[in-house]
Amino acid sequence: CICKYNYHIPYNYLIYLFRLYNHHASCTLLYKKTFVESFEETPLLVAVLTYMGYGILTIFGYLRDFLRDWKFEKCHLAREREEQKDFVPLYQDFENFYTRNLYMRIRDNWNRPICSVPGAKMDLVERVTPDYNWTFEHTGNVLKDVINMGSYNYLGFAENTGTCADAASECTVKYGVGVSSTRQEIGNLDKHKELEKLVARFLGVESSMAFGMGFATNSMNIPALTGKGGLILSDELNHVSLVLGARLSGSTIRVFKHNNMQNLEKLLRDAIVHGQPRTHRPWKKILILVEGIYSMEGSILRLPEVIALKKKYKAYLYLDEAHSIGALGPRGRGVVDYFGLDPSDVDIMMGTFTKSFGAAGGYIGGKKELIDYLCLHSHSAVHATSMSPPITQQIITSMKCIMGEDGTTLGQERLCQLSENTTYFRRRLHEMGFIIYGNNDSPVVPLMLYMPAKIGAFGREMLKRNIGTVVVGFPATPIIESRARFCVSAAHTREMLDKALNAISEVGDLLQLKYSRKNRHGSEGTDCFSFLESHQD
Amino acid sequence: MYFHYCGIPILIFFCERVKIYRRNNAISHNKLLFQCFYNRCSAPAYHLILEGILILWIIRLLFSKTYKLQERSDLTEKEKEELIEEWQPEPLVPLVSKDHPSLSYDVVTGPPSHRIIVNGKECINFASFNFLGLLDSERVKLKALSSLKKYGVGTCGPRGFYGTFDVHLELEERLAKFMRTEEAIIYSYGFATIASAIPAYSKRGDIVFVDEAACFSIQKGLQASRSFVKYFKHNDMEDLERLLKEQEIEDQKNPRKARVIRRFIVVEGLYINAADICPLPELVKLKYKYKVRIFLEESMSFGVLGEHGRGVTEHFGVNIDDIDLISANMENALASIGGFCCGRSFVIDHQRLSGQGYCFSASLPPMLASAAIEALNIMEEDPGNNIYIHKNKCILPSSLIYGGFCRTPGLKTVGEPLTPALHLQLENSTGSRTNDLKLLRAIVDYSLDRQIALTLARYLDKEERFLPPPSIRVVVTVEQTQEEMEKAAQCIREAAVKILK
Repeated sequence: CICKYNYHIPYNYLIYLFRLYNHHASCTLLYKKTFVESFEETPLLVAVLTYMGYGILTIFGYLRDFLRDWKFEKCHLAREREEQKDFVPLYQDFENFYTRNLYMRIRDNWNRPICSVPGAKMDLVERVTPDYNWTFEHTGNVLKDVINMGSYNYLGFAENTGTCADAASECTVKYGVGVSSTRQEIGNLDKHKELEKLVARFLGVESSMAFGMGFATNSMNIPALTGKGGLILSDELNHVSLVLGARLSGSTIRVFKHNNMQNLEKLLRDAIVHGQPRTHRPWKKILILVEGIYSMEGSILRLPEVIALKKKYKAYLYLDEAHSIGALGPRGRGVVDYFGLDPSDVDIMMGTFTKSFGAAGGYIGGKKELIDYLCLHSHSAVHATSMSPPITQQIITSMKCIMGEDGTTLGQERLCQLSENTTYFRRRLHEMGFIIYGNNDSPVVPLMLYMPAKIGAFGREMLKRNIGTVVVGFPATPIIESRARFCVSAAHTREMLDKALNAISEVGDLLQLKYSRKNRHGSEGTDCFSFLESHQD
Repeated sequence: MYFHYCGIPILIFFCERVKIYRRNNAISHNKLLFQCFYNRCSAPAYHLILEGILILWIIRLLFSKTYKLQERSDLTEKEKEELIEEWQPEPLVPLVSKDHPSLSYDVVTGPPSHRIIVNGKECINFASFNFLGLLDSERVKLKALSSLKKYGVGTCGPRGFYGTFDVHLELEERLAKFMRTEEAIIYSYGFATIASAIPAYSKRGDIVFVDEAACFSIQKGLQASRSFVKYFKHNDMEDLERLLKEQEIEDQKNPRKARVIRRFIVVEGLYINAADICPLPELVKLKYKYKVRIFLEESMSFGVLGEHGRGVTEHFGVNIDDIDLISANMENALASIGGFCCGRSFVIDHQRLSGQGYCFSASLPPMLASAAIEALNIMEEDPGNNIYIHKNKCILPSSLIYGGFCRTPGLKTVGEPLTPALHLQLENSTGSRTNDLKLLRAIVDYSLDRQIALTLARYLDKEERFLPPPSIRVVVTVEQTQEEMEKAAQCIREAAVKILK
């Protein structure tokens, strides 16, 4: 692949190799600790079988569609009104083929209603379906104490007792739940100011701003930062909200391979050397969009290299810490803290309060000029209702707890517990012979299932054993890389993790999920090697 | 790309040959090849040379390397380094002057309810969209508290991944029942509701007819959909019909294409920027005449218009099934957080997999959903007694407040008597937006000093498709007494006389 870019002049090729060599030399200097991330290759047989599975499902899908068309099979789909039959159809037939014929078979694995705190254990509403998942009925029973491996409750702040809940209650009594106005108009509460000062202190930045929804923090602020004539370099696995924000901004978007620094550097060089397409004017600015932890891969951003590149090429860095804030780093300050870097090297620090803080909303932190500008130009500040007071209070209390400002060491204990749980859980799964993606330190643990039939089977078998997991398939992942995903929490006790691990192992044997062909004990070396190989690609 | 170029000569070449031999010799297929070769030998020399060159050229095209225009630059590595060295990006954000008027937000201490403390002064709230006064309702608070005790605060996940709570399902059911539609779907952020709903249906190539005064979230939804947007003049049905007719003529030119282009009209029930009501009955007529679907944004009218607060459909007595999708936020009348869409299952259910703000965002905190349920309860229980609709009928049109504002010298009132959020604009603009805003701000400050909390209507000057003129937005709620309204009108009049001269 090196030749692909530089085939015409051998001299260039040499320089490229030289740079590559230098790059690796400097890379190792950039990391203070071992950075082990593995994405074991899909076994060929499994890949072939997976494709076959999709093939069979598609053939049956067509057959079923045919039967439905000819009324041999009852069609459960809602229909257009009689009065509007001659309108242009709202959906193209092929648009919903996947939903109708694949998703519908295993729909019971998603949207499972819960009726308790989404903590380490949760209660699920029992559902039955009389018609193969087209509709669900609630039986009235409750599945008690299901171990929750699905919620993003990294630090276990999803609680209905304790200081956070008490503070939120108090706040509700005082303020009520709504605001009914925007920040710029008359919805700028003292609570919001308090939160923003705290967030800035927590992140180690000059100033910060909070927004009511994490998704909207991305989609409504990126357009304020860059526009026509700007270039956005976006990781291929970025969250939809980042992609939407980038699109709404009107800038040119180029995508680099996931966490691949060579690819990013090449795009940066090309962009600056060649300028804008057709006119060849220089770009106004270049914004790199990356995430701290990628929620579907469990990988951690190679931040030291990104910062080095960003400095070298004078680009700006937008770091989305939706999953990493609170969940990474010795002090819980996210991926910057994890690598021990300076937060001022990241131009825009974005994150959400939904996950580690057990609340809702998002923030942006950075230099004072940036936040002042956003105060005036953020779409959210002008047009969206501000954050609900009790939610704000929950964030303030949980953040203070993490920072140790509540006078206890509870926050620090949670951080340690999370990191311990993560290491333990990942190690055990690895030893059992599953293919696990991602970084050894990431609390997001994807376990590869590959085949579409196993998605549903895994989710159901785990629920039978009283464990709630998240399973994902296409289109959230590449078509053959369906997976289950576990989110480790500080609230999980060792017993819970062991129970979950035993169940996973049992189901793994049942469904033959232990695909890994690697040395299962002391396999760090091979991991490193395979990673480097993929890294050089 | 080159395949197109070399494919054509090959095709011409062989077709010609086959045609000639078939015509001349009337031979069978298997003899063709031999005949072809034989004829080649007997053909004139210039013909052979020409064809030889042609074949060589094809081979060259087939085997030459592909290249991107970009990579053909003949820059040396050193020149590239220099270019990289020289490039200076613009600053991330332009510098904002420290004394920008909008930079220092008004600070509200304590709850933003009827009595509100703005910048340390206790005032009567004429600025929040708390139409029904539910923001500080004890019942709502209690319900929220009991929900907090059961579920905690956050949901820690999107709807798909253990973020669906039983209260979400209950709220969706209640909203659907209240609006008398088949189904409802809730979002965790009011702004994201219509902004996600539009791109779930309208895709690239589809056509959306939109009112010029449409609010910002509609505009963002349209932008995300990448559809073809046609703006018609505000509430001007003739202009809309003109556009629809134009499209009809266009369709006749290319009927095959017309069969797959979806069309939508997107309007607001009660316009937040213009404070007037959309002519829904006419829109419905146009809908069936031109076969266009209607999406209706009711954030301002939900809980306000109609006998039971069902919004603009109830206000006009339009069958709600004639509207394809209704969206509203729960942040104004319901005084909670979030938004919802409702309509027929055929339409709404699609968003559960295609509404980006629904699928990819954490779900609404259960305590906020519970608060919304309780607010709905209050609305449903007693529509004739303590709720807005009652006041709406007697007070608003009674020209008390409305007339009061109308008689203010130098200011003109924009909006219909029925609307709870009016705009006060300058009668004579100074010619500069900044100065206009300063004058209006002076009126707001004057009122703040006299216990009347007002606010300027804020816009993103550069982003808005049609920027409305600067204005003060006055919100009327159930909690304000007649005296308070009179006082506010009096105060604004005084301020206008003093400041506008």
